[in-house]
Amino acid sequence: MKTKLFLLTLALLTTNAQAKLNVVATIPDFGAIAEEIGGDKVKVTSIARGTEDAHFVDARPSYVRVLNQADVLIEGGAELEIGWLPPLVNGARNGKILSDAPGHVILSRGIRLLGVPSGPVDRSMGDVHPFGNPHYWTDPANGKIMANNLTETFSRLDPVNAVFYQANLKKFNEHLDKKIAEWTKLLEPYRGTKVVTYHKSFDYFLERFGLELAGTIESKPGVEPSPSYVNALIPRLKATSARLVMIEPYRPRKTSEYVAQAIGAKLLPLPTSVGGNEKVKDYSSLFDYNVAQIVAALKDSR
Amino acid sequence: MAGAFLSSAKARAAESVADIEALKQELRELRQRSDLLERKIEQLDRSQQPKASTNSPALTQPGPLPTFAAPEPSKPWRAADPIKVVGSAQNYMNLSFDGLVAAGTSTAKDIERLQLGGHDPKQRGFTVQSLETVFDGKVDPYFRGQANIVLQIDPEGETTIEAEEAYLETMSLPWNLQVKAGQFFTEFGRLNPTHPHSWEFVDQPLVNGRFLGEDGLRSAGARLSWLAPTPFYSELFWTFQNSQGGTAFSFRNEHGGMPFLGRPAGDRGVKTLGDMLVVPRYATSFDLSDSQTLMAGASAAFGPNSTGQQTDTQIYGADLFWKWKSPHQHAGFPFVTWQTEAMLRRFEAGAFPGQGVLPALPQETLTDYGFYSQVAYGFRKSWVTALRGDYVFPEHKGLYEAIAGPDPDRASRWRIAPNLTYYPSEFSKIRLQYNYDHRNSIGDDHSVWLQLEFLLGAHAAHKF
Repeated sequence: MKTKLFLLTLALLTTNAQAKLNVVATIPDFGAIAEEIGGDKVKVTSIARGTEDAHFVDARPSYVRVLNQADVLIEGGAELEIGWLPPLVNGARNGKILSDAPGHVILSRGIRLLGVPSGPVDRSMGDVHPFGNPHYWTDPANGKIMANNLTETFSRLDPVNAVFYQANLKKFNEHLDKKIAEWTKLLEPYRGTKVVTYHKSFDYFLERFGLELAGTIESKPGVEPSPSYVNALIPRLKATSARLVMIEPYRPRKTSEYVAQAIGAKLLPLPTSVGGNEKVKDYSSLFDYNVAQIVAALKDSR
Repeated sequence: MAGAFLSSAKARAAESVADIEALKQELRELRQRSDLLERKIEQLDRSQQPKASTNSPALTQPGPLPTFAAPEPSKPWRAADPIKVVGSAQNYMNLSFDGLVAAGTSTAKDIERLQLGGHDPKQRGFTVQSLETVFDGKVDPYFRGQANIVLQIDPEGETTIEAEEAYLETMSLPWNLQVKAGQFFTEFGRLNPTHPHSWEFVDQPLVNGRFLGEDGLRSAGARLSWLAPTPFYSELFWTFQNSQGGTAFSFRNEHGGMPFLGRPAGDRGVKTLGDMLVVPRYATSFDLSDSQTLMAGASAAFGPNSTGQQTDTQIYGADLFWKWKSPHQHAGFPFVTWQTEAMLRRFEAGAFPGQGVLPALPQETLTDYGFYSQVAYGFRKSWVTALRGDYVFPEHKGLYEAIAGPDPDRASRWRIAPNLTYYPSEFSKIRLQYNYDHRNSIGDDHSVWLQLEFLLGAHAAHKF
């Protein structure tokens, strides 16, 4: 009788587990990786759009309902979503995604964050993230760590499909490794090239491919440049002979154009997120697009 | 039938055991392969890049470029590893302090009657509107807690303290329920449950001041809310609170011994459940498009008032909020918001036999209306301009007004207020506002207010 009951329970559990995992990602990059790992066993909703500033997303009430039904919440952590995610989770009243629940994934886990302040920070330095720079998904190698984290979570919550998730992880990693080698080769001739960015959003990308940050247009994280700062910045950037100004498409163009022109560099708007433009449909096409753009720009300006 | 079912379950169980074994094997192979691959790539990296230059300001850790995956698969990440993640630090309580001060002047001789909000600037010169300390955090696995303690310096220079809010809130009750209990702002309309520093204007809308009181409607009690299982956001709130005191303005409020709506207001105590304040609210929201959101709500507040033994007050409200935010927003800009609230108050004023200079009055029902509508336009990063219109008016003059003359607490008045706000950062703001006031019995007045806000401590999260 006991065995029968056990088997019945097991059968019921397995049937229940057939339902798709309902996954909510804060930004589309996390959602894109979740889709590749989860395949048709998960339903993924991303809150932010790839075209917007991930620090300043509206806590639209419809997301309260989305989070209320979620089995998994994927957040970037390192204060990426601090300005809008807490009230949504609060309103969602869903035990599965509370901070200590297995369904709550903080993707920065296991990633070596750049720009972790070595000394004390205060807000006169701008909106410095005390845990480090949260834009880590712009290094494709970090994509592997993120995918690994997601595979672990999906397998724990849906053990029946663990093999499936593991196989997808393997596929994802193999593809990404091949791609990383490709991108590295494409950017190899430009190693050490100095570039300017608007916010510190490309730091991980630059480090991965050996490009060097000559300076940022923002005077401090989250602080808009004043005219006097821009005037002082230009000669400093000129001295570095920076050749590219890389900005996210949503940043103000005027100042960036002015700086690029003044230092004789090329202005290159590049998406930092999946969905940033219509060509960037998944995680690896984000790099396909950006690498191709950079190579084209540097080839021309030679 | 059942046997077939069980045997298939048995087979499935056996399958899953085999699966797990296969999985383990596969995982082992995968790890070995990725280890190998990583080492190869690392070698490749090193041979191609003998000296990685890392003197860029972005890199805090000098040395060779990192390998692909920071943690080796053979050495999994452990909680003790020195990696900074959110939550790795203790986080028992967030602490923040918000200072809100104003300076300005007005042509009104009675500024304290012109401005209806308790935290509004209401004297020429400087006003310390609100010095708010906020504590919040997770209490335990079941509750979240928050306390807002507000200091204020009144026109006499005295510092007053208000325990504005102190409540706990459940985090994951079943059936989509949530309970909030303690002292808190009543869930009525859109503006009432919010704190002055989050408002788009220097002062409170007239209708809020006239019906819900200078400090807003708040009291000790409990709120139950239910998130409906609809495809769109839809939530029902049921608030049950004490009905007495200055923060239950139109209810059991003795008005400091002064007559209210022509009659003295005395305490009648609590005898039945009907003597409590009951506030139902329904709120819903739709995403009209990728960049537009609409939120609508309907509220009502029912409770006894102090002008009689059987007299009640009913306040009804409707609110609408629409927001457009660019799908290419940079630091939250540009955006446009439109917010409107309309309210109706039905006040049953008790009969009064007359006393001293106060004449005898019959029982009567006094109905008042009011609304405000405001538009805010964040036209470029850090800059917001806004315009608000206010109007409050009575349905008809009260009988007591025929005897004692028009009551300024009911007389028609309107106000137009444009302003401009500059946010040097997310943590400070400077606002300049002009008010054009028209009061039917008094006349026109002009006021100019400059407001300054600063926030210290925990990063604020913004509710929609």
